[in-house]
Amino acid sequence: MAKKGDWVQVHSIVLQPEERSDALPEDTKQHPLEMWVKGWLQQDAELGDEVEVITRTGRHAEGKLVDEAPYFTHNFGFLVPEVLKIGDMVREITFGGEK
Amino acid sequence: MMDNSYAAIMARKNDIIKEAVGMDFDQFEKPGIGFDYEAMMAATGYTIDEIRRVQSLFSIGNTPIIELKNLTALARKCAAPGKGARIFIKDEATNPSGSFKARRACTSVYQAKKLGYKGVVTATSGNYGAAVACCAAMAGLKCIVVQECYDSKAVGQPEIIEKARKCEALGAEVVQLTVGPELFSTVLRLLEETGYFNASLYTPFGIAGVETLGYEIAEQFRAKVGKDPDVVVCTNAGGGNLTGTARGLRKAGCSAKVIAASVNLSGLHMASDEQFNKKSFTTGHTGFGVPYAVNPDHSDVPRSAARPLRYMDRYVTVTQGSVFYITECLASLEGLEKGPAGNTSLAAAFRLAQDMDEDQIIVVQETEYTGAGKHINPQLSFARRNGIDIRFGDPKDEVPGKSIILPAHPSLIQVTDLDLDHMRKSRIKRAVGTHKDELTDEDIRFLMEETNASEEFVRGVVASL
Repeated sequence: MAKKGDWVQVHSIVLQPEERSDALPEDTKQHPLEMWVKGWLQQDAELGDEVEVITRTGRHAEGKLVDEAPYFTHNFGFLVPEVLKIGDMVREITFGGEK
Repeated sequence: MMDNSYAAIMARKNDIIKEAVGMDFDQFEKPGIGFDYEAMMAATGYTIDEIRRVQSLFSIGNTPIIELKNLTALARKCAAPGKGARIFIKDEATNPSGSFKARRACTSVYQAKKLGYKGVVTATSGNYGAAVACCAAMAGLKCIVVQECYDSKAVGQPEIIEKARKCEALGAEVVQLTVGPELFSTVLRLLEETGYFNASLYTPFGIAGVETLGYEIAEQFRAKVGKDPDVVVCTNAGGGNLTGTARGLRKAGCSAKVIAASVNLSGLHMASDEQFNKKSFTTGHTGFGVPYAVNPDHSDVPRSAARPLRYMDRYVTVTQGSVFYITECLASLEGLEKGPAGNTSLAAAFRLAQDMDEDQIIVVQETEYTGAGKHINPQLSFARRNGIDIRFGDPKDEVPGKSIILPAHPSLIQVTDLDLDHMRKSRIKRAVGTHKDELTDEDIRFLMEETNASEEFVRGVVASL
């Protein structure tokens, strides 16, 4: 349950597949053009409800409530050992005397 | 009730842009196929000195040049005796917002403020969004950044998600979309709804803002090294980086060769939902670089100020694996952690330097910030999770969308030349389009400027159409 005044994310369909540009590859054309916007929720609502938000620029936007208190989770990834090997390789070639 | 169908919005494009840029692009059109590019650039009303003054108000510009002595030493180990030019970078990551795009955003935001707009809208998944958000924050304007961010499974490119974070951190509203060129119709609709300024990447304001970058390179090399650089390498996508830099170099009287570099993503369709997350580069690649060079006017302004084919002396590609490799070299050998954009041209410069004499100078004209999502480690992690085969080997075996081949030795890093004459022909074909009348001398002159080619070449191509 999200409360009026919570910071949330909403989702909407901008264009249905049949409304999309003709200049699209077939795989893309099968999907709608979707949009995600964040803003301050204007009424109490459950996930999945159609709601209205006010965005950071003060715009009114509507959409399906898909996230409450959204936050970023992108990171530095898992170990890619090749990266360490590149560092060792080029240091050896540059400073280790190998041609 | 306004018709907001895709076709209806696109049909209103010119009127919306006129309102949202404060510039009537029709005034530059010539009879026939051409338009007056220099008149359009002059219509900004700003000289390069004025742009430098404006940029200094935003603490933009005067970024340091750094000689990469260890990377140069590595290139010389791969080169014939006496070969291996000195490699420098211009550390544009030190601009506010972390990339050269601050220069490009600043003039647009300044213009928007001057003309009394309350906010700015921009369509970009890259550093430009952060730059517009940054300058808008300084100018007290509202800002909306529209991104192509997700595939149809709502899986986002980590680099683009990081840009969303940065834009939000700088106070912008971020509108995120799934894959597709209708991004531009969404921008047009937002421009209509808000009445904000269109801080497009491709207006004369944006490109004029990049001219200071080229100008500074000439000034800094003369002051610090005592001579002009021989080659300047620009990562090329939409063409604005190269266009602005080359124009700035010319304004400073510098005759350095300008070489475009893009990551080779041939075979991948840029509007493909399925292939969207098979790319490990969100920009600086051939998927933007080639189409924007041969058809610059398919952006969100009627005439783009980014016209790279006018200025490039050569256009080379590098592989994804080579750029990741050189990014790690920059960290391990030079102690500099930088993002992918500048490192595309750095990978090219590393190889190009090996064909140049030791006393020559090659400059990579940008760096960008790096961080969560856009560091090579998350990029490679993301690729591996998407089934991309990542291994050491010969980069020439790399297949975009299927593999990333990290060079087994730095001497395996190569550049591949794109056929500029072929691109010139495509540009001429595009420009002539469905024009039925015989081309006038003025049309031919326009095509010569558009392609940086001789009259004989242009007339030959026109005759073959």
